[in-house]
Amino acid sequence: MMMRAVDAIMECLKAEGVDVVFGYPGGANLPTYDAMYDSGIRHILVRHEAGGGHAAEGYAKASGKVGVCFATSGPGATNIVTPLTDAMMDSVPVVFFTGQVRTDLLGTDGFQEADTFGMTMPIVKHSFMIQHPTEIPRAVHEAFHIARSGRPGPVLIDMPTDLTRVEIDYEPVGDVRLPGYQPTTEGNQKQIRIAAKALHNARRPVLYVGGGAIQANASAEVTMLARSDNLPVTCTLMGLGAFPAPDPQWLGMLGMHGTRTANYAMDEADLIVAIGARFDDRITGKLSEFAPRAKFVHIDIDPAEISKNVPAHIPIVGDAKNIVGRLLEEYRKLEPDSSRLAGWWERIEGWRAQHPLRYEDSVDTEIKPQFLVQALYEATGGDCILATDIGQHQMWAAQYFHFDRPRRWIQSGGLGTMGFGMPAAMGAAVAQPGLQTIVLTGDGSIQMNMQEFSTLATYGIPVKTVIMNNGYLGMVRQWQELFWDRRYSAVEMSQWPDFVMLAEATGCAGMRLTDKTTLVEDLRAALAVDGPVVIDVPVTKEECVYPMIAPGQAARDMVG
Amino acid sequence: MGEPGTKELLSLEELEATAGLRTGRKHVLSILVENKPGVLTRIAGLFARRGFNIDTLVVGPTDESSLSRITLTVDGAMHPIDQVTKQLHKLVNVLKIRDLEPEEAVAREMALFKVSADAGSRGEIMQVVEIFRGKIIDVQRRTVIVEVTGTHAKVEAFERMVRPFGLIEMARTGEIALSRGRSET
Repeated sequence: MMMRAVDAIMECLKAEGVDVVFGYPGGANLPTYDAMYDSGIRHILVRHEAGGGHAAEGYAKASGKVGVCFATSGPGATNIVTPLTDAMMDSVPVVFFTGQVRTDLLGTDGFQEADTFGMTMPIVKHSFMIQHPTEIPRAVHEAFHIARSGRPGPVLIDMPTDLTRVEIDYEPVGDVRLPGYQPTTEGNQKQIRIAAKALHNARRPVLYVGGGAIQANASAEVTMLARSDNLPVTCTLMGLGAFPAPDPQWLGMLGMHGTRTANYAMDEADLIVAIGARFDDRITGKLSEFAPRAKFVHIDIDPAEISKNVPAHIPIVGDAKNIVGRLLEEYRKLEPDSSRLAGWWERIEGWRAQHPLRYEDSVDTEIKPQFLVQALYEATGGDCILATDIGQHQMWAAQYFHFDRPRRWIQSGGLGTMGFGMPAAMGAAVAQPGLQTIVLTGDGSIQMNMQEFSTLATYGIPVKTVIMNNGYLGMVRQWQELFWDRRYSAVEMSQWPDFVMLAEATGCAGMRLTDKTTLVEDLRAALAVDGPVVIDVPVTKEECVYPMIAPGQAARDMVG
Repeated sequence: MGEPGTKELLSLEELEATAGLRTGRKHVLSILVENKPGVLTRIAGLFARRGFNIDTLVVGPTDESSLSRITLTVDGAMHPIDQVTKQLHKLVNVLKIRDLEPEEAVAREMALFKVSADAGSRGEIMQVVEIFRGKIIDVQRRTVIVEVTGTHAKVEAFERMVRPFGLIEMARTGEIALSRGRSET
């Protein structure tokens, strides 16, 4: 059928099951937006392309589907560099469409020209530079296939504006064949059997679960494996929700601000089963002293992650759902006897009793940041999507909020992007309209993308923004306090803006909660308000996140 | 070594010691790729990101018109080169990579040497060219251009031999390689 290439893009999007996209129009993608006009696809006009990119990420994380973001050439494209990198680091399936100047202007410093294809190369899973209009439909389907399969990630399609206006003979694309891209999904049976045997022989095993388990929709399998033999479980920041918490088998998060129980268990473990986790430096601390007694089973879909940081004794490449399901099968055949773990559990329970997460509560009505997270958990019963930004509030949320299922915890883990939280919550709320969606943020982070409050108000997206307001860039201040002799350099944020007034100016409801004694009820009332609400909560100014593995130290040397 | 977040002073020696770990055996990588925009940049970018120096790089057609072969040589210790090849495998347009062991492959490069040569020295130069089974492909009143094909070591040896005559200019292709026997490169 003859149609403009841009109309073919809309057909491809529909064939991929896309019902909502985020974006921002401009000169070079005018044809695309003309096609969007009566395509039937819902478009959410963000206020900045970075907000659009993060919203598409939040949509993908909450739904498990591919997120879509449109931007124009030049500054539109440079504005999506941060969400692109963020999606690359956290393996988020997002397809970005960027407009580009006309082909005869390419390379001439044309108006709003940037070498989008060139400058995004290191931060995409793959990208396409369209050279002929007939390539477009296939490129779109290949982009979706690459974004969502294997280890997911962002894919970019850069489209010179003249090529998108050409009429082409569109035929639906049936199959996608990429000879150079065939991710391994089936785990090796022999390796799985060896892993089952190792687990059976282990006396001090730990399951170390990362974001990959959530990406692979393997939470059920992970939970069943843990249940099959009373195995202790810890998750990374990205893995929270892969195993239901709280739970007697749950050790809490591990890593720099993880629980002592989880970190000590890793330190003394004799077998660690890593599932979709990549041994990040925030997990291992001092690499040479990380889990020194352990052998490692490493399950990951990306062969490049195997032995990247920590040598794996039993590597298994493939899809976590497939592998953990089969590992469970093999393991059951060995009829493990959980009583062999009695001594291990006694040791773990000892740590748990001796080192619970704790903080000193205020003696007056002042709200401690940890108390705010606990109040939020109580007010919601944990039944919500919670996004956060980056910093102290994020770590306290990871410690004191609990997730009993996956895709409820929306994070920028690898890149640590301030300004991610609220737009990502917006995307998550669009993906899961039936769920309460909250972003817990800091007074620093929220100011990095607060233009999106107007987007929430415009579309009536009922995201509740809770600002843990300590007037500082709290995590940087904490490091300056602990490691740089309290020389507080450029971390004080002053009292501005007034977030209640700002909320009202942008069309959201605004409120400020200051009384500890009524905080749970006040939060409940605020969360029950229709539409987007901004809730400013002043908290203790100088509080540190503990416990902590100091930078470059080993897990057993945790402080606080 | 101190973590960048802490106050601890980093010593220059420590930094250099970690950088020094990188020099190891020479690798000859043969990479089969699809002819798509940006392939070479993506590959070069992965080496650059890990701080590798590419010594030579040759790109040319193969028996299949939609594919090209990239042969590149690089210095690197075993561990980091392994990370790079794994990352290369993830590139959608890369079909195949082989890290060729010297014993199981043949490798050749071509070089052109422009050497000062007057009537007095021309004969002697021609003798050296003969020994190395090179060819003189251009003769002028004061210069000759010599073509030499062979292993990296042979080309280097020829260079040492003609340098005393006055080496004006040199151009080298870098190695191309194929694995021995029936197995595909």
